[in-house]
Amino acid sequence: MEDFFSLYLWPAIVMIAQSVLFLVVLLVLIAYILLADRKVWAAVQLRRGPNVVGPFGLFQSFADLLKFVLKEPVVPASSDKPVFLLAPLVAVTLALATFAVIPVAQGWVIADINIGILYVFAISSLEVYGVIMGGWASNSKYAFLGALRSAAQMVSYEVSIGFVIVCVLLCVGSLNLTDIVMAQTTGLGTMVGLPSSFLDWHWLGLFPMFIVFFISALAETNRPPFDLPEAESELVAGFMVEYGSTPYMMFMLGEYAAITLMCCLTTILFLGGWLPPVDFFLINWVPGIVWFMLKAGLVFFMFALVKAFVPRYRYDQLMQLGWKVFLPLSLAMVVITAFVIQLFGWGAAA
Amino acid sequence: MLGLQALFFYIFAFIAVGSALMVVFARNPVHSVLFLILTFVASAGLFLLAGAEFLALILIVVYVGAVAILFLFVVMMLDLDVGRLKQGALEYAPFGAIIGIVLLAELVIAATGGFSDPVLSTNTALPMASIPAASNIEALGSVLYTRYILFFQLAGLILFVAMIGAIVLTLRHKEGVKRQSIPQQVARTPETAIEVRKVESGRGI
Repeated sequence: MEDFFSLYLWPAIVMIAQSVLFLVVLLVLIAYILLADRKVWAAVQLRRGPNVVGPFGLFQSFADLLKFVLKEPVVPASSDKPVFLLAPLVAVTLALATFAVIPVAQGWVIADINIGILYVFAISSLEVYGVIMGGWASNSKYAFLGALRSAAQMVSYEVSIGFVIVCVLLCVGSLNLTDIVMAQTTGLGTMVGLPSSFLDWHWLGLFPMFIVFFISALAETNRPPFDLPEAESELVAGFMVEYGSTPYMMFMLGEYAAITLMCCLTTILFLGGWLPPVDFFLINWVPGIVWFMLKAGLVFFMFALVKAFVPRYRYDQLMQLGWKVFLPLSLAMVVITAFVIQLFGWGAAA
Repeated sequence: MLGLQALFFYIFAFIAVGSALMVVFARNPVHSVLFLILTFVASAGLFLLAGAEFLALILIVVYVGAVAILFLFVVMMLDLDVGRLKQGALEYAPFGAIIGIVLLAELVIAATGGFSDPVLSTNTALPMASIPAASNIEALGSVLYTRYILFFQLAGLILFVAMIGAIVLTLRHKEGVKRQSIPQQVARTPETAIEVRKVESGRGI
């Protein structure tokens, strides 16, 4: 009995407690990220954005949550009910499940597995199912068209994201996300004799890939300017057109969780995770989580600015960019990176 | 941990077998594909339990993330009448049964006779030095590009040929389709794009 307790029960309790804590913090953060998105968007357009609920509109997301939850969910009569209701669940569960392997500071990770980045890639490749299932089960043309577009788009950009990740992995020599961050303590900066600083992070060494990853992340999460799945001018609201109340909110939550994940992933792969930007004693005192959140916030700010500035792409332009520009570019970069590492012995851990 | 592993094995195994059955028995073809996806995911879980975590995640990335989506695309686009689909089912049942029996027989022969055969059993498992404390990916990488380089490259070549074949079969240049040519657009200058005319008042062009 003691064995059972110490072997199974206690680790399980700790794991569940960690997960719940992480999930609560994450959901509250996502609520504020949503608000930040609207505020940035408003500021660019010289509006005020949400400013009624709470001071500066800080409780707007929670008011929205209450509104969505208290509304009556409407399921279209001709829809496929089980799939219709399963789709938003799939979307939100998968988006949140990915965070299990994201290290937010040294050792602050729920599951420190050796194939972390592959896990993230695999789970985010499943996220498209929420969209397809929702679009098909709605039994509506607009929803179906939105779902088809979205599936093609997400599958296309996943390819270049995969190659970008391979580039980073070549430089690191490990698939563990913690190792990927720790590998960025040394890099281009230390190679020329500088102390460990932000010049060591991968954004400088793999600059083209940083740009490709950022744009692909926008496309992968259906953010503007690549929000063709919900292009409201032509498809009303794309795959979500038949959804309302809580299921709609879950789609929204899944979308913003995926965006947050992409911000965290960009931070880990290219911006040195929780590493401080310069090796200075005052800055080293700041806990890693603060740096991590600052960097992820910066990436999200760029996401929000792009949403406010850039007009929507046409569908053929989107596909052209994905297949004819990013895919050859990232493929060439994989070969070049491998060559450089093999010839000069740079970067690789081994 | 063995008890827990067994528990998870049975959970994944039941899901895999149950959803595989549902693939066949589901009335709606789209539901069939969704159950197929569930089967893939459950098998990935089984791979994980067997310690093949790389294989598990690649199964999800490739089969669930790409192949099954294409299945789903095709099945959703087809306007399938389920009632008519079931009509001819009995006619084909004998063929299906024969194929099923042949496959089952092959599996039984392979499982019982094949491995006990003294010659075959030495060949089925190529001796490979165990790599201590290496992760799945390192172990795979260390043999894939050395020992099995020929097979690996051949597989890649076959896929490449198949891809070109598919493109050749489906690529048609339709007449009268307006296409955007970015070089042409970029090469336009005010001289080639704009024409300035003096229009006399009251006349028009």
